[in-house]
Amino acid sequence: MKELNEKDTNMETGKTPLLEEEDIVAPPSSFWKDLMTAYRRNHLASLGAVIVVALFLMAVFAPWISHYDPYMIDLDVMTEAPSKLHWLGTDQFGRDLLTRILYGTRISLVIGIVPTLLSMTVGTALGLIGGYYGGKVDMVIMRLCDIMLAFPSILLAMVVMYTLGATLLNIFIALAIVGWAGTARVVRSQVLSLKEKEFVEAARAVGVRNRMIMVRHILPNCLPALIVLFTLGIPGAILSEATLSFLGVGAQPPTPSWGLIITSGKEFLFSAPWIAISPGLFILVTVLAFNFMGDGLRDALDPYMKQ
Amino acid sequence: MKRFILKRLLVSIPVLIGITLIIFFLLNVVPGDPVALMMKEHISVDVVARVRAQMHLDDPAIVRYFRFLGNALRGDLGESYKLNRPVTSLILHAFPNTFVLAIWAALFAWIVGIPAGILSAVKKYSLPDNLFMGFSLLGVSMPVFWSALLFQWCFAVKLGWLPVAGFSGWQYVIMPAIVLGWSSAGTIARLTRSSLLEVMRNDYIRTARAKGLHELPVIFKHALKNALLPVVTVMAIQVAGLLAGAVITESVFGIPGVGRIAVNAIQARDMPLLQGAVLFETVLVILGNLVADILYAFLDPRIKVS
Repeated sequence: MKELNEKDTNMETGKTPLLEEEDIVAPPSSFWKDLMTAYRRNHLASLGAVIVVALFLMAVFAPWISHYDPYMIDLDVMTEAPSKLHWLGTDQFGRDLLTRILYGTRISLVIGIVPTLLSMTVGTALGLIGGYYGGKVDMVIMRLCDIMLAFPSILLAMVVMYTLGATLLNIFIALAIVGWAGTARVVRSQVLSLKEKEFVEAARAVGVRNRMIMVRHILPNCLPALIVLFTLGIPGAILSEATLSFLGVGAQPPTPSWGLIITSGKEFLFSAPWIAISPGLFILVTVLAFNFMGDGLRDALDPYMKQ
Repeated sequence: MKRFILKRLLVSIPVLIGITLIIFFLLNVVPGDPVALMMKEHISVDVVARVRAQMHLDDPAIVRYFRFLGNALRGDLGESYKLNRPVTSLILHAFPNTFVLAIWAALFAWIVGIPAGILSAVKKYSLPDNLFMGFSLLGVSMPVFWSALLFQWCFAVKLGWLPVAGFSGWQYVIMPAIVLGWSSAGTIARLTRSSLLEVMRNDYIRTARAKGLHELPVIFKHALKNALLPVVTVMAIQVAGLLAGAVITESVFGIPGVGRIAVNAIQARDMPLLQGAVLFETVLVILGNLVADILYAFLDPRIKVS
């Protein structure tokens, strides 16, 4: 206050002001800049991001990190304990476990991301349509959501996999079918509050078509919620894939899926416990990292989601 | 109250019809002839045709659906392809095992979760608080089958304290109940903590403190009653969730429950059995949610008004 007064007097007396205008006005900030600043303050979230980046690097550079072949059977080194040659030991076919887990990172990340994207695309579209148009369309979509959410998700995924057949590609479809309803509900509730806003009214007043309003005006404002849903959806999908593979309706041998490696280690719990233990640790760390990231993003995006 | 319950029951009916539709059509569009799957040896074409006619497999799907729905309402879920026994009797035979496991898991979750949540709220950001919240985070971040294997490796293989698998005595329940109840315990602890912290900000708590009450009576006599309201509702939902979620725990620990029936049915490609087990478990979950809603309305009169 004092400073302002001083500045006012300076201006009145015609002297050069102590502060230029641009010094007082905060530098223009963007959505992404704000997000980064708020996100960095959360240490766990930053740790999560570092781990996620490391996982992506592992997935991409797997052949450079390990010179073993994830599929090559070597009966001379069956179920060997962790050693200098095989850091995490070998499995019952003498395959290097670390190598298989490294290649498994690719599967887990793809399984985490693709079905989540798929289910979110469907969920967002239905949530947008239901929330925007309301009425009968909305009612039908919401009842469908109720039905989908009534299923225990792993059971529904099991049934879909039974019908489609156990392949990696079908896991995408199964997890997308299981997951879209949650997104639809969140998007719908966002749309319901957004469509009452002045900017939507303004757009309507100047004659923008409904589809344009939904895609150009409402959807971008749902982005914060969608980013959080996406990040928190990935660990769920990774866990589901592992579980489906464990139950025999997911990835099939010899795919180096983390869930499948644990399954194969089940029989060697007495003689070679490392087969089952190490891939589980990777799942745990991956899921934790994405959860930390999601929680951090949610906190950082909180001002944007409270519209 | 009666009107609320009635309304809530009516809302469940379309959901129930919806799940039967989805389960039926998902499982009845499976390629492959069920008759060929049932018969191991090579059989003649007219035998196949006769069995198909007997099983009404040549009727249109919609007719078969209504027959399935009608039979299901009368408690008949068809006959298992592989075991040649009525699905209903197989499920009802297995259900007590699932039930026992789920109840013990729920008890574990409550006995551990509620005190942990209270302690975490009272000593916010203390070492126990961080520890409990860490454990709760672990519970939801580990694949259940992996934590089950870890328990088996640690307590059965290494320490030899508990049997690896099976279901013939109290000591067989301990590990599966803990594995199954872990994530529920975490949820309950987190919910109790946040709910208690919110209640502690209320004016009547300040009044209780102002009149000179010690912290313990403030928490146990004044705060907890209201703080546990949402927890009780979640508990009801969780029991249903645990019954259906026992699929994996049952398979790892070799417990002959409904979940293992479903998994075995998948491996044996026994469609009616899978269909029955999934329908049974889903209906359980819906009933659990119904009970939770009614319980909540019963405990908190404010709900009925809205």
